[in-house]
Amino acid sequence: MMKKLIIGLFALSVNLLPNMVMAAGPSVPLMEANNDLTDQPSLQRGAKLFMNYCLGCHQMQYQRYERTFRDIGIPTEVGLEQLIFDGSKVGSHITNAITKDDAAKWFGAAPPDLTLIARVKSPDYIYTYLKSFYKDESRPFGVNNIVFPSVGMPHVLQELQGLPTPITEEVEEHGHTVTKVIATETDGTGELSVDEYDQAARDLTNFLEYVGEPSRLESEALGIKVIGFLIILFILAFMLKKEYWRDVH
Amino acid sequence: MFGKIIGWIDDRIPMTRVWNMHIAQYPAPKNFNFWYFFGSLAMLVLVNQILTGIWLTMNFVPSAEGAFASVEYIMRDVEYGWLLRYLHSTGASAFFIVVYMHMFRGMIYGSYQKPRELLWLFGMFIFLALMAEAFMGYLLPWGQMSFWGAQVIISLFGAIPVIGDDLTLWIRGDYVISGATLNRFFALHVIALPLVIVILVFLHIVALHEVGSNNPEGIEIKRKKGSVAEEDKPKFKFHEYYTDKKDIVDAIPFHPYYTVKDIVGVVGFLILFCWVVFFMPAMNGFFLEGPNFEAANPLKTPEHIFPVWYFTPFYAILRAIPDKLIGVAAMGASIVVLALLPWVDRGRVKSVRYRCGFHKWNIAGFVVTFVLLGWVGATPQTDLKTIISQICTVTYFMFFVLLFVYSKNEKTKPLPERLTK
Repeated sequence: MMKKLIIGLFALSVNLLPNMVMAAGPSVPLMEANNDLTDQPSLQRGAKLFMNYCLGCHQMQYQRYERTFRDIGIPTEVGLEQLIFDGSKVGSHITNAITKDDAAKWFGAAPPDLTLIARVKSPDYIYTYLKSFYKDESRPFGVNNIVFPSVGMPHVLQELQGLPTPITEEVEEHGHTVTKVIATETDGTGELSVDEYDQAARDLTNFLEYVGEPSRLESEALGIKVIGFLIILFILAFMLKKEYWRDVH
Repeated sequence: MFGKIIGWIDDRIPMTRVWNMHIAQYPAPKNFNFWYFFGSLAMLVLVNQILTGIWLTMNFVPSAEGAFASVEYIMRDVEYGWLLRYLHSTGASAFFIVVYMHMFRGMIYGSYQKPRELLWLFGMFIFLALMAEAFMGYLLPWGQMSFWGAQVIISLFGAIPVIGDDLTLWIRGDYVISGATLNRFFALHVIALPLVIVILVFLHIVALHEVGSNNPEGIEIKRKKGSVAEEDKPKFKFHEYYTDKKDIVDAIPFHPYYTVKDIVGVVGFLILFCWVVFFMPAMNGFFLEGPNFEAANPLKTPEHIFPVWYFTPFYAILRAIPDKLIGVAAMGASIVVLALLPWVDRGRVKSVRYRCGFHKWNIAGFVVTFVLLGWVGATPQTDLKTIISQICTVTYFMFFVLLFVYSKNEKTKPLPERLTK
């Protein structure tokens, strides 16, 4: 009886956890990234997008090229040729040459390192962020972002997505009526269709989630073996206990 | 040959005697239940923390410039570094889960009551040392929450009149949290406090073995010498140290009975523990907080600053009170009052099974209070939650006040003569 109660309480508390964390999250509802860490082509496309569009300003200073290529299935020679643009050795960290001072001068704040961004925020956040840029002439780069208001970053994927126009809604907030951007709609000038852009955002999100924790898949593969072993050991230990305790009355 | 070696050692140190006295011929009540797993589990987690800690130390760089990067180096470049780190970080949370369960067991079965007051006090000192150990360890990865959490908690000492400001300066070694703080916390975390904890655990077990374990029935297995009929005595051999002074009933030797039983508990625990380690080491932000994956930045305050979940019940008591000094005092008192439990509870009947109905409700209320405080302390404050935390602060202390009052002339059920299964 007591054991059942405890197991029940444990299950309940685990189920409640996500709700509690949501309460601390951003006020804008996030879209689901639905990315898949086992999808290597997606990770490879994501890596390509990152090296081409992000690395100019954002580093991954804790992650190495070689490890990345190995984990996501890119042969070293191909990676060296197609994904390393600054002549770095394959064993070096994924960095760029921008100094913090320059970056702060250009963007107002230094672009953050992105090695762990998927762990600081969440894959859903990144996916939503990439899809939430919209045209806003009042901003220095002519764009703003729904999940990151007054963002200091230009819409670097504009050539892919086009320049999205905001869809607004009047909402009541603290007794005032304010105009809020609730969604965006592309102006159709991008190279990709809406679905293709969604997939590109998903690929990039996938890659960033991988880099946030490169050991994730290895961990789960090992974890299944460890827990399988422990379950067998549990049965044996339980039988051993029963055998020993037969003479306790 | 083997016997000769043992004999040679026994002539020089009391190896066999200690083994028999404390393990093979140590009388333990035969009716330990689920709640009695957590003592051995706490030892297991302590060993896990020490071993994984040693290996983490080999690659960790205790400086403000190098700490965060060295943790990522461990996570990415050190062979199985991620596993060592997750075992250690999950172990920290597991330690508190296990210790809270262990303390709860003591509360429901009255294990703190006479003659086990010192045993309880040593346990409380372990709990205090463990909190200090966890707090200092949390600064080491040098993430945003490490930095700002430590900033908030250390500034609490500033509320103490007269010496407050000097005291915080002395703890930090600087005017803000800095590399100097990190260095000293590293020293305290890897050597000073583990040493204190190991010594206290030793004393905790010495005290336990002197008075003997309590059990779910809350009646003693050691009886007055000569009061137990020969056929009622257990057929097992117990060490003379125990049988010379007392007659023993309903006991079994710790080894092999409880060693094989504890193995079941250990493996069961490891299944849950490894599930977290391998599949959800961040536990949705409860064991590893999201903002802590961003390097400490003294110029950027995180949106919300929370301690890790195991401190949140006490943190909620602090936040419930608007005045900082009174809040700090209340938080301190919430732990001191736990340590005073052997004297707050004036009852003679130990186990909740034979105490008055009100006692059961009082304990249940305390559990609800503790969980609610933990939840409120772990989430952003709202007006409603402030009220909840204030109510819970009152009910937290009310548990002890009520216990003190009703335990004096409590209407208890008759105790059984012997342990039933």
